[in-house]
Amino acid sequence: MKLEINGQPYEVESDGDTPLLWVIRDELGMTGTKYGCGLAQCGACSVMVDGEIVRSCVTPLDSVANRSITTIEAIQNDAIGRKVVAAWVQHQVPQCGYCQSGQVMAATALLKQNDKPTEDDIAAAMVNLCRCGTYNAIKAAVQDLSGQKV
Amino acid sequence: MNDIIRDLQVDNLQVDKDLPTGAPVNLSRRGLLVGSMGAAAGALVLGFGLPVRGARAQDAAKAVAPGTRVPAFLEIRPDNTARFLSPFVEGGQGVFTAMVQIVGEELDMDPKSFIVENAPTGSDYLVVFGKMRITGGSMSVRTSYDTMRKLGASARAMLLEAAATRLGVAADKLATEPGYVVHAASGQRIAYGDLAGDAMSLPVPAADSVTLRDPKQFRWIGKPVERLDVLDKSIGKAVYAIDLKVDGMLHAAVQHAPRLGMSVGAVRNEASVRAMKGVISVHHLPGAVAVVSERWWHAKRAVEALQVDWAEAGAKPVMDGIRVMPANFSTADFAERLANEPGDGKDAEKEGDAAAAFASAKTVVTATYHSQYLHHAQLEPPSTIARFNADGTLDVWMPNQAPEQFQADIAKRTGLDASKVNVHSPMLGGFFGRHFLYQAANPYPQAIQLAKETGRPVKVIWTREEEFLRDPMRPMAAVRFKGGLDANGMPVALEAISICEGPTEGIAGHNKDKLDETAVEGLTGKSYAIPNRRIAQIYVENPTMLAYWRSVGNSMNDFLYESFLDELADKGGKDPYELRMQLLKDNPRLSTLLKTVGEMSGGWKRGPFTAEDGTRRARGIAMASPFGSHTAAIAEVSIKAGEVVVHDVWEAIDPGSIVNPAIIEAQINSASALGVSQVLIEEAVYKNGMPVARNYDLYPILPPSRMPRVHARIIESGEKMGGIGEPGLPAVPPAVANAVSTLTGERVRRMPLSQYTFNS
Ligand code: FES
Ligand code: FES
Repeated sequence: MKLEINGQPYEVESDGDTPLLWVIRDELGMTGTKYGCGLAQCGACSVMVDGEIVRSCVTPLDSVANRSITTIEAIQNDAIGRKVVAAWVQHQVPQCGYCQSGQVMAATALLKQNDKPTEDDIAAAMVNLCRCGTYNAIKAAVQDLSGQKV
Repeated sequence: MNDIIRDLQVDNLQVDKDLPTGAPVNLSRRGLLVGSMGAAAGALVLGFGLPVRGARAQDAAKAVAPGTRVPAFLEIRPDNTARFLSPFVEGGQGVFTAMVQIVGEELDMDPKSFIVENAPTGSDYLVVFGKMRITGGSMSVRTSYDTMRKLGASARAMLLEAAATRLGVAADKLATEPGYVVHAASGQRIAYGDLAGDAMSLPVPAADSVTLRDPKQFRWIGKPVERLDVLDKSIGKAVYAIDLKVDGMLHAAVQHAPRLGMSVGAVRNEASVRAMKGVISVHHLPGAVAVVSERWWHAKRAVEALQVDWAEAGAKPVMDGIRVMPANFSTADFAERLANEPGDGKDAEKEGDAAAAFASAKTVVTATYHSQYLHHAQLEPPSTIARFNADGTLDVWMPNQAPEQFQADIAKRTGLDASKVNVHSPMLGGFFGRHFLYQAANPYPQAIQLAKETGRPVKVIWTREEEFLRDPMRPMAAVRFKGGLDANGMPVALEAISICEGPTEGIAGHNKDKLDETAVEGLTGKSYAIPNRRIAQIYVENPTMLAYWRSVGNSMNDFLYESFLDELADKGGKDPYELRMQLLKDNPRLSTLLKTVGEMSGGWKRGPFTAEDGTRRARGIAMASPFGSHTAAIAEVSIKAGEVVVHDVWEAIDPGSIVNPAIIEAQINSASALGVSQVLIEEAVYKNGMPVARNYDLYPILPPSRMPRVHARIIESGEKMGGIGEPGLPAVPPAVANAVSTLTGERVRRMPLSQYTFNS
């Protein structure tokens, strides 16, 4: 099956019902995208497909054939992604960091669609779990990026 | 917790029994470690001690007395960067950054110019009380602070010495600035990286001959230095155990017996599962089946397809050190049993004469409070890679908070000498107490067995479901409280009998002649001037496996105590904040803390009151003194659609003195999140011997929508340095519960609050 990830074409051999997460992590060896629950609960596995955020642990491979997938590995190739990362550093967001690939992807996808998200927009989009409780820092970083007063 | 952990674990460690207390040695002179650290040629490799392996075989070497010499390694590279091997593992608490703030301060090198890695196993790194190495108990910085300062100072002295020789001037004519030795008279400046080669051949100065920096001149200690790992963690570059890969590695997934203690009976469809795509082999393990494959997804799918007839536990345990889960175990029944367990318990703390005081008290209040089982629910599921090497050694990569403890256990299991077992400790995707050695709770025995049976390196990853099935839990307790009030409504006597099993006795075994402090901490150690007190424990063995959970006994006991204290205040007609003030009036440190948190919240107001948005709200107060630090928290709540909303948490912490205020603030946020999560929604429920929840769908953890604003303030009283990672948690659940009790008029006596129905 043909995939496009981070602007590169890939030919993968996994079956069509394999979750995209495991194709990315195991077959392609890109481990920035994380496994947390496998059940669309946590968001650690978030990637962008055609600019939309998806939870790759429940996304079958055949549903993304010939679509454009972006993982955290390419986040800094994206102008908005770079800004998000800079805000994450400025606000010192990550603690253990395990959820943060997904958080950065979610913030990037939000800001790509809506460069001035309101507090409600942010709350609706930034729903990934963080066991370390970095939620306030995440919110501050996204508000900062949206030009809102923090 | 500290002493108990020490007692518990020292036995398991490879502590050299015959450690001389010789002078520090310069390792690089003998060429040790350079190779193993991959140090650049000419780098200064300073170690106050030797690696555990081979140390005693080296004729010139004097072995290390843990805790008497600096158990860490520093490498200064030609490009003027430094590499530091940390005895403590990074799991989000910021310890890598804190370590190089301390070392860098004395070395005179900017923390930014360091990279930090976790140190390998070895007696050098047993820096906690000079005896052990764990990352836990909020002990890392406070137990190694002096040691790390001396390490940095010694390295600086050696660089000065090397520069003195090169420039032909006396060392005392030289000074340093970050990363450089400077000779003011001639204006010369030499980079540390240039001097490392020379400095390497010098003896390490005696630890007591180095001068430490005057704390008034600290540039990095005490400052909000940025964390070193933040960028990597924001771009997916941080590497956790689950991300690691070694050449030739196979993947494995497991299916555990539904109840611990059961073993594999018949596997009904093994042949057809073997024929599934990608399956290399099917294995029967103690209490589990495994499938090995080139791809983890294939292994997982196949192992879940296995139809196993699990055999009930027989007389011989399927694994050492486990508890057999009864088929009829239910947490609801067990909570009932705890509450009704007869007896008065064993004294944990006794002051005055509680019995007499109750007899003469104006009012006696009794109530039973409950805490619940909890999961760690760290976001990174457990995994382990095991690889047997041609030279007879075994490498194991696994998330862990205590490498030497696992090394010893693996040596015992495999029959290998500990020196042949290399335990690698990658970055942790959260830990909260999860990654200590708990029997049957970690995948490494499975990975080792599978590597042996397949002849290839194997990585085992547990699914979230298998993790929640084997995650050892924070204990549950029922506490019978009794309080006596005098005619003025002041508490004159307090008794708390906790019916529970402490985590330490749960892990290491119950000793009927000893008391497990971790069972009662937070009921004990309170500073309120209640003249007659009795705190006691009735031990009831749990059928479940127990564990440490962030802030250990305090995680539940401060909820139990501080909520009952509010109940006493109510009965005595006192405001709970004012009552605490009065009970602490002779304790300036805690009075200050209480005053501070009151001020932070804009002045204590209990409510109920109507907020600007029209919601009815109330505030609760609570205090805690865990892990050598002291905290006070105020929470503001409302009820929305029957659910508790926590709007704000104000928390003041006095850890004595500090290393990084930004990290502390982050930890207060993090601990508040876990505290709010615990009190609002978390509970691990068992029915029919099995956990009801196997994933986050049925075991919810705090989502962003329920996170309160957190306002933290640090008070540096100058007292002995306390912990940071855990102390922020214990005061939060009771502050929330007390606020809810005030708002609803209904006394909350058990967590989580999600089991109550509140009227909006
Ligand atoms: S791993 Fe995909 S949502 Fe948790
Ligand atoms: S930073 Fe640890 S789970 Fe989010």
